[in-house]
Amino acid sequence: MDAILSLAAANILSPTVLFFILGFAASLARSDLSIPEAVAKGMSLYLLLAIGFKGGAGVAENGLTVTLGFAMIAGIILSASIPLIAFVILRAISGLSRVDAAAVAAHYGSISIVTFVAMTSMLDAAGIAFEGFMVAVAAIMEAPAILTALLLASGATGKKGVDKDLLREVMLNGSIVLLIGAFAIGWITGVEGLAKIEAFIVSPFQGVLCLFLLDMGLIAGRGMRSSRQHLAPPVILFGVLMPVIGASLGLASGLLLGLSVGGVAVLMTLCASASYIAVPAAMRVALPAANPSIYLTLSLGVTFPFNLTVGISLYLAVASLFGG
Amino acid sequence: MQTHPAKRIEIIIEAPLLRRLTDALDKADVPGYTVLPVLAGSGKSGPWSREGQVSSAGGMASVTLVTTVERADQVLETAFAVVQPHIGIVSVTDCEVIRPARFA
Repeated sequence: MDAILSLAAANILSPTVLFFILGFAASLARSDLSIPEAVAKGMSLYLLLAIGFKGGAGVAENGLTVTLGFAMIAGIILSASIPLIAFVILRAISGLSRVDAAAVAAHYGSISIVTFVAMTSMLDAAGIAFEGFMVAVAAIMEAPAILTALLLASGATGKKGVDKDLLREVMLNGSIVLLIGAFAIGWITGVEGLAKIEAFIVSPFQGVLCLFLLDMGLIAGRGMRSSRQHLAPPVILFGVLMPVIGASLGLASGLLLGLSVGGVAVLMTLCASASYIAVPAAMRVALPAANPSIYLTLSLGVTFPFNLTVGISLYLAVASLFGG
Repeated sequence: MQTHPAKRIEIIIEAPLLRRLTDALDKADVPGYTVLPVLAGSGKSGPWSREGQVSSAGGMASVTLVTTVERADQVLETAFAVVQPHIGIVSVTDCEVIRPARFA
């Protein structure tokens, strides 16, 4: 228990989390602090490039194992099935319509790459290794949840099948392309390639992450300030409960796959996180009747802060308990 | 100076749908349009802002085009087919143009 508490305290007092809290508080206090849109997008591209490349270089160093294939399959199954659980819980406790519940459920089956980065940063700081291919697992977990959500909502929308354009947009979403592309380049060029661009993607990483999380805090705070009336208490409860349920599924899968403690913690984090990039855009196109104020505010304003401040420490502690 | 009556159509649409709208306008042989970024706003579906957004999901975009009075209905139908189920505004204004052949 002491180890868990000290881990949680170290995480909450890390510069990245404190910058997120600063942004969140500044936004709630109606400060005019803001990060320009182009800077936010630039930082997002930088982070995706850096984590993709480092993951690929890690695979090049440690070699391919059969676990990678199984982890990818597990990622697809988890992403497709978590929305089913989320949907059932939402319909039982929240009173949301079928379409709103399906849209929210899609966010919880998909992943948040910044939560993934926060967990991997914590692992790096603690000197705990994790499988480099988890970056590829993160990328593959973006899309299946969207298909499940469309299936769940089809009863209310009357739409059968998936729009081919939408499918292409989701699969070729810029974030996924850059993440997978950087992973492949890191894999091809290996440790030598990493050494060449280390000054760009390793040393400045934590600083950029601080600035990015400051922006995430501002966005989350702004969302909570303007849209919290759309979140009834049961919906907020879901935003805290669902990550723990997802993380439990990630724990079971990670242990079955034989991942390292770091790998299990990362898979738990992926299953616990909720998307705020690929899925919201897909939901606007595919489920226009769903209220964006509910799913964006819940994902960014409730689940993301929970995972960042409490969740990732908890997941690592539990992964250490079962895997260590 | 000689001017000619025309219709100015303005469409405010959710950013994730922008490409679908411009594709539909291209297919309908609309002679031209202009896409403009918009900063923030509020409506029936609540407030929105493009500030700090890492995703286009919460943002909107504006598409403006000028067409002849005769073609306005056809263009409106094309645009409305994309916008209809989504958050957005379609408005039409009478205007005057100097070179009508450019908008036919």
